[in-house]
Amino acid sequence: MSKLTFARAINAGLRKSLENDPKVVLMGEDIGALGGVFRVTDGLQKDFGKHRVVDTPLAESAIIGTAVGLAYRGYRPVCEIQFDGFIYPAFDQIVSQVAKMHYRTQGRVKMPITIRVPFGGGIGSPEHHSESPEAYFTHTSGLRVISVSNPQDAYTMIQQAIASDDPVLYFEPKRRYHDKGEVDETADLSTALSMEKARVVTPGSDVTLVTYGPLVKTANDAAIAAADEGVSVEVIDLRSLAPIDFPAVEASVRKTGRLVITHEAAQSGGLGAEIAASITERCFNYLESAPVRITGFDIPYPYSKLEMHHLPDLDRILDGVDRALGRGNSLSGLEG
Amino acid sequence: MRSTVLTDEPGQDAYKASNPGISAASPRRTGGDLVQLISPEGERISHPEFDLWVSDVTDEQLCSLYEDMMVIRRIDAEATALQRQGELALWPPLLGQEASQIGSGRALRDDDFVFPSYRDNGVAYCRGVEPTDLVRAWRGNASSGWDPYRHNIATQQIIIGSQSLHATGYAMGIQHDGADSVAVAYFGDGATSEGDVNEAMVFAASFQVPVVFICQNNHWAISEPVRIQSHIQIADRASGFGIPSMRVDGNDVLAVLAVTRIALDRARKGGGPTFIEAVTYRMGPHTTADDPTRYRDANELEDWAAKDPVTRLKALLRTKGLLTEEVEAKTQAKADEVARSLRAGVINMPDPAPLDLFKHVYSTPNSWIERQKDHYSRYLESFSGSTPEGAL
Repeated sequence: MSKLTFARAINAGLRKSLENDPKVVLMGEDIGALGGVFRVTDGLQKDFGKHRVVDTPLAESAIIGTAVGLAYRGYRPVCEIQFDGFIYPAFDQIVSQVAKMHYRTQGRVKMPITIRVPFGGGIGSPEHHSESPEAYFTHTSGLRVISVSNPQDAYTMIQQAIASDDPVLYFEPKRRYHDKGEVDETADLSTALSMEKARVVTPGSDVTLVTYGPLVKTANDAAIAAADEGVSVEVIDLRSLAPIDFPAVEASVRKTGRLVITHEAAQSGGLGAEIAASITERCFNYLESAPVRITGFDIPYPYSKLEMHHLPDLDRILDGVDRALGRGNSLSGLEG
Repeated sequence: MRSTVLTDEPGQDAYKASNPGISAASPRRTGGDLVQLISPEGERISHPEFDLWVSDVTDEQLCSLYEDMMVIRRIDAEATALQRQGELALWPPLLGQEASQIGSGRALRDDDFVFPSYRDNGVAYCRGVEPTDLVRAWRGNASSGWDPYRHNIATQQIIIGSQSLHATGYAMGIQHDGADSVAVAYFGDGATSEGDVNEAMVFAASFQVPVVFICQNNHWAISEPVRIQSHIQIADRASGFGIPSMRVDGNDVLAVLAVTRIALDRARKGGGPTFIEAVTYRMGPHTTADDPTRYRDANELEDWAAKDPVTRLKALLRTKGLLTEEVEAKTQAKADEVARSLRAGVINMPDPAPLDLFKHVYSTPNSWIERQKDHYSRYLESFSGSTPEGAL
């Protein structure tokens, strides 16, 4: 076990993948000498060379499009998109090519491409640097979408993503890059929890609180605060956003009867809507109250002086927990 | 794999032997004059710089190029007829572009890898793709017709220009592997306006990868004339990326063969990418759903009919005394046979099964897809053995 920051944990996972498989190639903007703007690839070009850790020209569509060609040739490209808001120029290649190639070719051409995306807000950045675009991709068949919440998962799941024969979008919560945690670097991938599985990170019995990525820490803090008031909150870290491990969420809701979902992304058409609808379909009879969503607003990501109003925090989550429990809350008395 | 008859090696050897001082770097012209080795009237035009690259082409091979062009023209006509008869949903004809596709397609080696657009059926034919497989996607029986790894040609790309990046990435892989094969991207004049084609040229130039960009300028992007796409000759754009280019008469199969060999040779020797503009003409509609009479002048079509690639080669063969009755009969028989087999293949193609919907979305089982497949199969089963057919 060693204590690593989130960023170092991803770095260690990337290093291990580069060591284990000569077909793994990293590509992206500034990932070489600089080590990436967040230093996630620090030192890798020095150790593995410019052909395996490739500083690309500044063109996101080309980063993904050439990764498709490399995958065609048998490589396992790992692409870094520098910031969430910069992924849109590559959207066509991701949605029309990466996601559909396996289906189009009747399984003959595999796309083992990992796309790393630092995402989410909370770091006081200008526009385009704090977005949560995951729902665009969970809505696209053919992609696997995961998000990590702690250094151990970051280390293990980057390797699982790279080893996957399907394309994976790997969303990294950038405001947690400097958080430290214990990482077992000897962990065996074959016995690790599948990247498709959710994990109960705080057990509880009154309310199920579902989240992923940067808000797992916030949700855990909320659960601790709720416990002080005698409310037992079960926190689930989804880890996989496509597909979502609905059986895990369902098992928890059958126990608690109440569901709160929180994410930074905007509410309408977001993952919270999908989770609320699916869980309602699957275990309506077990629900004691309507599912509650605590999310970012349906606005462009705001300027940084206001971002803390936009991002769900501990108090807003607790307000949602109160709503699920039918206790007094900010919307008490409002119909619908 | 198909047999390769006209890879760059023979010409290359002849070229090297007679020009020891000339390296892969020449001729590094940008755009410029149209390279032409056969006039529209079918006369062989001498062009020393390029003649050397086709000096090894035998009379027999010339006849074989003629046969290829006749066959793909016939496939095109048959597929168009099949669409009109309701057997295909859509077909994108290549009529008029036979020389561009056969001249370049026959220059390739088996281990080269092609990334074609939807109109490059002649190139796919050169790679050994079965005629029936060319139309599988157009009948709606699958999203693509063949195994890319069997023929070293990707499936046909519909998103305009997208494949130029795939070819460039594949070429990055070739470079990593230290191999001497080449990735070849085919696209049209419209595609040169797409960001992806421009980004592909940036990447190809930066990494000096073995990729050849073959742009068939057929003058029309559906209804938009090429002048809307480019204010300058398309080949001249390449120099802005630091990529050497050649502008070739795309209706002259020999000239296309020559320039493709030059580009492949440069790529194999580590000389990086080349851009080829093959100036040709789309004689037919964009697809069978299109109506070109709404946007283009009949006179223009007539002008280009006078430069027809097949007629031109036929005239050359006649002048050379190669167009014997035997050759004509053999070519005709081959075209007829291919058309017959295409028609039979289409008519007898089995429909896909409903649950094939869910196949190959992922390479490993996916819980969302499995659940939907399970529910839909239960739904389908709910019809079996219930109400007898015809009853209320």
